[in-house]
Amino acid sequence: MLATDTLTLGYDGPNILDQLSITLPAGQITALIGPNGCGKSTLLRGLARLIKPKHGAVVLDGHDVQRIPTRQLATQLGILPQNPVAPEGLTVRELVAQGRYPHQRWFQQWSAADETAVRSALEITNMVELADRAVDALSGGQRQRAWIAMTLAQETDIILLDEPTTFLDLAHQVEVLQLLEQLNRQSSRTIVMVVHDLNHATRHADHVIALRAGVVQAAGAPRDVITPSLLRAVFGIEAEVIPDPRTGVPLCIPYGLCAAEPTDTLLHADAVGSRA
Amino acid sequence: MAVTLAQSTSQPKPKRRAAAALAIGLLLATGLLLVIMTLSINFGATDVAPSTVWASLFNYDATSTQHLIIRTLRMPRVLVAAIVGAILALAGAIMQGLTRNPLADAGLLGIESGAALGVVLAITFFEIKTLNLYSIFAFAGAAVTAVLVYSLGSLGRGGPTPLKLTLAGAMITAFCTSFTSAILILNQQTLDEVRLWLAGTVAGRDLGLIAESLPYVGVGFVLALSLGRSLTAMALGEDVARGLGQRTGWVKVIAAIAVVLLAGSAVALAGPIGFLGLLVPHIMRFIVGIDYRWLLPYCAIGGALLLVVADIIGRVVVRPMEIPVGVVTALLGGPMFIYLVRWRVQR
Repeated sequence: MLATDTLTLGYDGPNILDQLSITLPAGQITALIGPNGCGKSTLLRGLARLIKPKHGAVVLDGHDVQRIPTRQLATQLGILPQNPVAPEGLTVRELVAQGRYPHQRWFQQWSAADETAVRSALEITNMVELADRAVDALSGGQRQRAWIAMTLAQETDIILLDEPTTFLDLAHQVEVLQLLEQLNRQSSRTIVMVVHDLNHATRHADHVIALRAGVVQAAGAPRDVITPSLLRAVFGIEAEVIPDPRTGVPLCIPYGLCAAEPTDTLLHADAVGSRA
Repeated sequence: MAVTLAQSTSQPKPKRRAAAALAIGLLLATGLLLVIMTLSINFGATDVAPSTVWASLFNYDATSTQHLIIRTLRMPRVLVAAIVGAILALAGAIMQGLTRNPLADAGLLGIESGAALGVVLAITFFEIKTLNLYSIFAFAGAAVTAVLVYSLGSLGRGGPTPLKLTLAGAMITAFCTSFTSAILILNQQTLDEVRLWLAGTVAGRDLGLIAESLPYVGVGFVLALSLGRSLTAMALGEDVARGLGQRTGWVKVIAAIAVVLLAGSAVALAGPIGFLGLLVPHIMRFIVGIDYRWLLPYCAIGGALLLVVADIIGRVVVRPMEIPVGVVTALLGGPMFIYLVRWRVQR
């Protein structure tokens, strides 16, 4: 189980997250939502130990992650950063094989376990046929699947993803989200993802954590927490929330900005979200 | 989801075969290097038979002029060319991998000019003559310029992009080169000593100098080759590498020490030789791919090959005069640089 205990994160300037204590339920898909600059990507990086806490700790199964050896942590927790770029000419298989790094030792030959992990990662992501193609020559959706395959080959129980669907078209977004859902259901992996599209969060996540300015506004099952008042508080938008006609999960339909809210950051968020 | 089982069960083989092919390729390249090095020794103002070369190595006769020429002129020359070629290519490959910058090269990023300035300062103001002390000034110059270029290139938005690093490198190179020229113009005696060296030359070294440089070169070499796996992971981006369990801070420190030792030794031995560190890793990447465990040894052999051949070319084209090898590599490397800037960097 992954959790934070009075976690304070920040770069050089003011703290982005202050004394944050949250729990990410094991074996579930958690979506981190919130406007741009709310600290959700910072939180994800902090969870993966890419940023050192100024105060508090990230706790994995009762241990402070700062005290877990780097390589051992990498066998328990994998992260896919936002919009990763593969070096030119790197094949899918070579990329996926990199995921085995934490399982290997100096001068140790490529083991049967490594081979099995790479093969199964390629199969699950449906990349077997593309295994010998260069990553930079693939379409956006294929490329994202290749990166997810690398994270899978790492064989961690917890996978963190920063906006895994950004820059993808609709079909590729659905493809990636269904893959994550499949991973979670079939091998009960804990998945934590930053998502921009609220309806992706409600549809695919078991647990939603809504952040605004580094503060948790709500955390819980989408049905329980996604309400018009939450959307007003977190995003500053007026929205209708209706049950999805097929699945019954909350469906958000935004109609406009709240008059009282400062709008500049929100407009910016919208502009970034539509770049894909 | 459709899974092709037939294909997936036959997968372990190509991997091993590829490794075997790469190992054989490396052996062949090493053999080729040795052959060309022997040819380079044979070849000169007076041609020497291969058997004489052999005899001078293992059955040295101090009274033979030919043996003397081989031992004191030609062998040191080809050894310097091979060592300097290997270490400059390694330094280039490490810098390109670490900074994810296709234009990284000890020459382009100003490190060689800094090392050269260090050596010129040493000769002018401290009257230092032995390579051991040369090297320390070369390392100091290399380290200072490396830090300066990286800091300057990291300013502003987006951190150290290839473009900014290259511009910072050009700026620091211009500064170091003009400073070096100023010292030399004011001090005629130093000029004569270092003029040829500053153009990048592998001639005029003796075996003693090579022996003095070996500890630095050896440590740099071992550090460089130990970075193979880490550099492959770093090439995926720092966050990914850390997510995979890389201790990226240590990798950077070790890489920086390796680059300073390698580039500094190269300059101390042969003066600033440009473009080799740029050229060789790109050619080798084309042949062996981007797995640095293979790429680094291939770069070492490839760099040695290229510089030994460039030295032969420099001796042939304007016979009986010679062109310094640094000029030859610049002539070969210039077009490559333009190609990289034009087609690779703008993506």
